[in-house]
Amino acid sequence: MSLAHPITVDGLSKAYGRGRDQVLALSGLSLQVAPGEFVCLVGASGSGKSTLLGLVAGLDQAMLGSLDTGGVRPALMFQEPALMPWLSARQNVELPLRLRGGPRSEAVRLLELVGLAGFADRLPHELSGGMRQRVALARALAQDADILLMDEPFAALDAITRDDLHDELERLWLRRRMTVLFVTHNAREAVRLAGRVLVLSSRPGRVAAEFPVDLPRPRRIENADLGALAARIGDTLRELVRDGG
Amino acid sequence: MAAEVGLRVQPVAALSDLEPRAGRGQAAWRAAWPRLAAVALLFAAWQAVVLSGWKPDYILPGPVAVLSRLGGEARTGVFYQALATTGLRAVGGFALALAAGSGVGLAVASSKTLRSAVGALLSGLQSMPSIAWFPLAILLFGLSEAAITFVVVLGAAPAIANGLISGLDHVPPLLLRYGRVAGARGFALYRHVALPAALPAFYAGLKQGWAFAWRSLLAGELLVTVGSRPSLGARLNFARELGDAEALMAGMLVVLLVGILVDALFGLGGRWIRRRWGLAE
Repeated sequence: MSLAHPITVDGLSKAYGRGRDQVLALSGLSLQVAPGEFVCLVGASGSGKSTLLGLVAGLDQAMLGSLDTGGVRPALMFQEPALMPWLSARQNVELPLRLRGGPRSEAVRLLELVGLAGFADRLPHELSGGMRQRVALARALAQDADILLMDEPFAALDAITRDDLHDELERLWLRRRMTVLFVTHNAREAVRLAGRVLVLSSRPGRVAAEFPVDLPRPRRIENADLGALAARIGDTLRELVRDGG
Repeated sequence: MAAEVGLRVQPVAALSDLEPRAGRGQAAWRAAWPRLAAVALLFAAWQAVVLSGWKPDYILPGPVAVLSRLGGEARTGVFYQALATTGLRAVGGFALALAAGSGVGLAVASSKTLRSAVGALLSGLQSMPSIAWFPLAILLFGLSEAAITFVVVLGAAPAIANGLISGLDHVPPLLLRYGRVAGARGFALYRHVALPAALPAFYAGLKQGWAFAWRSLLAGELLVTVGSRPSLGARLNFARELGDAEALMAGMLVVLLVGILVDALFGLGGRWIRRRWGLAE
């Protein structure tokens, strides 16, 4: 597999609303994600994490600053699976393949990859929450975008399912080495997954601290070193919230 | 002590064990008996009114007389001609309304200007009794098929358009966002995301549109008699002119039965959509 694309964000600003009601969500945010790097972005709510992903995914327009994804349209996973309820698991994964003219047979292989080989013909409402999010993951991979943006994709799942999906995602990333920008408010999840954790300050968002994670993979969420680093990140986050920014 | 507070575990039977499994025939009977009972009650009430002697039975005949008249008519060719004429008009008019309503609905849903221009007009048209169009239709087209079709389409199309508009308005934004992430733009976004997501509401509009079409059609056939073509509406009119109450009520029963039948068909389709879209168990 060829080298994935980097993400370069430079001085990005974004506000919502107009006039006096205008709220600045991002103010001059700069960050870089190297090709094939797994970066987690943590921050309190209101720190503009989701705003940033919307901008990088090309769904929204920034007011200022520049953004480069090397010409690829990134895949994006939301907190909700956002599957088409009328399509089976396989048809949901086929949708991006059809849109980009890829081979539809790929869908079955991707469902196998996320451990859903026997569920291809189920409708989303016939699957559990974890399985739906697996389908969404397979669908994101089907875009073959080599940049994967994830907006708290496992936040709505129970702890056991979440652990499972962490393993799955790590395994996939080790195999494919796509560039991942993963947003979460859970420091432990960030350390479990990332090669580097960026902490965003809130209102307006900019990078306040950076933590490299040099733990061997595959990791376990119960690991003590992992917990210690997560605690440090957690402290930083709480300080930021206390200082109001 | 521990033994006293210990829970006594009893095997719990599955629900399907508690309720004896019904055969196909039994299930059909369970679904059918309330309807059959309602029909029987209706006929009983009707018979009671006839027996009370409120009207002489050449004006208000009883159910037995009407049903046997209907049975007799069902053996004549002209009855089926009438059914076919009315059926074809209904299907043709509804198909035109479907095309017009979908086109208008799609245009209005996707253009802010059009919406502010004709959105309110569409809702107004939908609540306008279609029979109010007939005088104009007759002026424009004479006593012709075109006059009937014109009114059927005007009756049904606004409901269909409004169904599509409301469906498109209520597409979950997250699905549209996903569609754009996956690279769907313009028509592809409609085809793969917005239109299928709007289908349940569109279907409800179709069902309502059908009801309007059927009403408009019968009203039209009462007012506009094209040549000597037999139709369900025309037969009602003739029966009234001839003072033939049995034929009149037999005709009304046919109109009612067609309505029930088509409604049942729409119900089948609706259930399938609700299941597929995860809106029902």
